[in-house]
Amino acid sequence: MSKFKVDDSLDLRGVLCPINFVKTKLKLEEMEPGDHLEVLLDEGDPIANVPRSVKEEGHMILKVDREGEHAYRIIIKKS
Amino acid sequence: MPYSEDWIERYSRHIILSEVGGGGQQKIGNAKVLVLGAGGLGSPVALYLAAAGVGTLGIVDNDVVDLSNLQRQVLHATPDIGRSKVESAAEKLQAINPDLTIKPYKELVTSANIMDIFKDYDIVVDGTDNFPTRFLVNDACVMAGKPLVHGAILRFDGQAFTIIPYEGPCYRCIFREPPPPGAVPNCSQAGILGAVAGIIGTIQATEVLKLILGKGKLLTGRLLILDALDMSFRETRIRKDPNCPICGQNPTITELTDYEWVC
Repeated sequence: MSKFKVDDSLDLRGVLCPINFVKTKLKLEEMEPGDHLEVLLDEGDPIANVPRSVKEEGHMILKVDREGEHAYRIIIKKS
Repeated sequence: MPYSEDWIERYSRHIILSEVGGGGQQKIGNAKVLVLGAGGLGSPVALYLAAAGVGTLGIVDNDVVDLSNLQRQVLHATPDIGRSKVESAAEKLQAINPDLTIKPYKELVTSANIMDIFKDYDIVVDGTDNFPTRFLVNDACVMAGKPLVHGAILRFDGQAFTIIPYEGPCYRCIFREPPPPGAVPNCSQAGILGAVAGIIGTIQATEVLKLILGKGKLLTGRLLILDALDMSFRETRIRKDPNCPICGQNPTITELTDYEWVC
């Protein structure tokens, strides 16, 4: 369990690059600065690419946890 | 999420850009752009703006497609010969992006109809091929306060700049009057390398998108000049002329005029 509050979440397991990032970005646009977004991402390209792109947009990655055997749960803080 | 899956996928490469995002793409979708001319410049302008998702796209042209157009006017194809250019254009643009509203105007712009056509649009793109129309379009845009993206081409040369009325120079600040009829050759006399139309037209389309997004530095106060034989660009600083007869302090042009149209 995450110790961070979560304001919204997206399950993007099974969603390929770059649409997973696009959906993350669109969700972040709807949220308020400082809000926390939880995103579930597949291992491999998604977990390698999405957090990096999110950081390039100026947001913070607060936490990365494993979610089951083949996925990750990340917490993003909107800038 | 308020966006459809198709919308997200279609515009994903735009949305990824930090200067665009979902908000910017919505601005593009809400924009109303008028393209004057469905020819060498109007083709790439309209194709890229339709692909980009400009929600309302007006196309003005009174011509029909001619075999000699196809070397550069990439909106039209061989089976379109003899068809109205705006009808041919509307069909291609709608096929690229069925969500858009494409409005064809099969007419010449004149002092009598130009304000009525302009009133429904936010941005005007000049892809016309003659000086009388260019001056008319400039004057109408200044009077209506509409941004105008200018482009022109001949042989291997091209130029482009963006006019934000009263903020920056207009076409008349630089070129005061149309040249006398017959003094300057047009494309049918002097020739044009088709791909040069593509370069200048895509620059115009880029300026339109930057205007819609409110991002980047526009070609205002800068005339961009292309020499495609040398493949070099040069930039000339241009200034707003306080004595400009249309956008200056004491304008002498207070109504629109149709200049003599000789080709």
